[in-house]
Amino acid sequence: MADIAARGAVTATGSSRSSLHKLMQRKSTIAFLMALPLIVLILTLVAYPAGYAVYLAMLNKGMTRFVGFGNFDFLFGRETFWMVVYQSCLFAITAVIFKAIIGFVVAHFVHNIPSKGQRKWRGMLLVPWVIPPAMSTLAWLWLFDPSYSAFNWILAGFGIDRIPWTGETGWARFSVILVNVWIGAPFFMIMYLAALKSVPEQLYEAASIDGATWWQRIWYVTLPMMRNIIAITALFSLIVTFANFDIVRVLTKGDPLNTTHVFATWAFRVGIESGDIPLGASVSLFMVPILAVAATFILRDITKRGSEV
Amino acid sequence: MANATIASPTATTISGRRYGSMSRDRKWALRWSYFFLVLFAIFFLTPPIYMFITSLKTSAEISAESNPWWVYSPTLANYIELLTQNTYLTFFRNSAIVAVLTVIITMAISVIAAFALARMKFWGSATLATGVFLTYLIPETLLFIPLFKMFAWVNETFDIQLMNHWWTLIILYPTLTVPFCTWIMIGYFASIPKELDEAALIDGATWIQTLTKIFIPVALPGIIAATIFCFTVAWAQFLYPLAFTTSTTELVLPVGIVTTLIKGDVFNWGQIMTGALLGAAPPLIIYAFLMDYYIAGLTAGATKG
Repeated sequence: MADIAARGAVTATGSSRSSLHKLMQRKSTIAFLMALPLIVLILTLVAYPAGYAVYLAMLNKGMTRFVGFGNFDFLFGRETFWMVVYQSCLFAITAVIFKAIIGFVVAHFVHNIPSKGQRKWRGMLLVPWVIPPAMSTLAWLWLFDPSYSAFNWILAGFGIDRIPWTGETGWARFSVILVNVWIGAPFFMIMYLAALKSVPEQLYEAASIDGATWWQRIWYVTLPMMRNIIAITALFSLIVTFANFDIVRVLTKGDPLNTTHVFATWAFRVGIESGDIPLGASVSLFMVPILAVAATFILRDITKRGSEV
Repeated sequence: MANATIASPTATTISGRRYGSMSRDRKWALRWSYFFLVLFAIFFLTPPIYMFITSLKTSAEISAESNPWWVYSPTLANYIELLTQNTYLTFFRNSAIVAVLTVIITMAISVIAAFALARMKFWGSATLATGVFLTYLIPETLLFIPLFKMFAWVNETFDIQLMNHWWTLIILYPTLTVPFCTWIMIGYFASIPKELDEAALIDGATWIQTLTKIFIPVALPGIIAATIFCFTVAWAQFLYPLAFTTSTTELVLPVGIVTTLIKGDVFNWGQIMTGALLGAAPPLIIYAFLMDYYIAGLTAGATKG
């Protein structure tokens, strides 16, 4: 770099404009080279596979013949597919709603207590998010065990019959959603807590002087101030929950009778375990529309925030 | 003390009932807050605590009819058995190597790229920044099938077997971590005042020197947050190792525990819980010591949740 500067100084006597231009060019070249590993990584391992998935989805099982929309046609005719669509939507939407509600409520309680103790509580409540999901789901699997369920033991103390947590369609669906809420709610709590802290105290003071009840304070002050962060967190969570794999895979493997499969786990079952790669690829592609919609909204918000700053 | 008892009734009578009821309201609000926080803490901490309880039990006690929430004859046998067993130590070693190398590769790629994108604008750099964010939103569940096929193709054409090796994961994991780390590093770098690097450039520093001498030290909290994120993701990833590795010697912890400790219908729950707890320990320990950085990383980029 030093000799570039020196050279620049020498040519500056000649034509300062062209040397400046050269330097600029030089800077952008360096910048491009610095970003090159990132670009290569994204192109070869994210962008290319994503496009390749579309192509794969249009081949026959042996991947020898182009069948167009044949795989999709086949899927539309299968009952299991529609069950997966239903379960994926039910799973994602219910889980996100409950995560948001629990996160909001817990964030409020943490915000209410004296700030000295907040750190401790916050630290404790975020633990489910820190444990790798595959491992914590194993703990849930054990808590839900058909014969030794520790929950059923407690319920038996109240005279309630044993619950088939992962054995019956309704309960199994409830269980996978419960575990997802358990893992994800602390994240919402952290995000909402950060948002709550950024609401100016004067607004609450003004509201209570005007005689607002606690409910009115939440409805007219807190929620409008947090609207952005609530929406962004929910959209992010929607993407991740919709594409979730670990929980269903470890807890139920899609059983009983494929009723708890979501797109990701069914794609794995069909594509990797049954060896029908094109069909698996077409199943996983059904995640794209909802992801695209959520991503568009997130991106719009981020560019908006970017232009405000 | 005597003063206080005298003062408090007068205070209430002077300022009227209103003041007293508000402070009483606050006190009740506080009590309710603690009450519900305890309830939620029980909900959030039950599974890890139950993991710990089970890990201290013998198989005989686990299958007994006794209270599952209590350990009658605690034993460390599960821990000793797992930690002297080669397969589990192999999983642990694989996980550790993969996670550490992923962190190193990710941070090298993303810090340098973020610097270029935040400060040294070039043609298409703004688009690339948005693109980085978009790739972060693409879940791995969409990519594993085409990657599976691509690896098979690499094997056919170049005769390099990428399947069923733990080091393959080092190629794959950066796709999960680099976009996010680059994204939050761009944010951290952008918040550094321009005067700082302009001063350095005027003093004759090269771009690389500006990065290593100014940007990295100033943005160190961001770098720590990104490193923690990266490690956690690499340690917890489940789908890629499940799809791409199968032999016992090549597995990483999450998959190793799920596939080898669960043998058919015979569940050795004491060992499974011990394995899962030990496997969850590294992220938990990092979290315990670096909680503020961890949370800063979470809120910085609106992480996956």
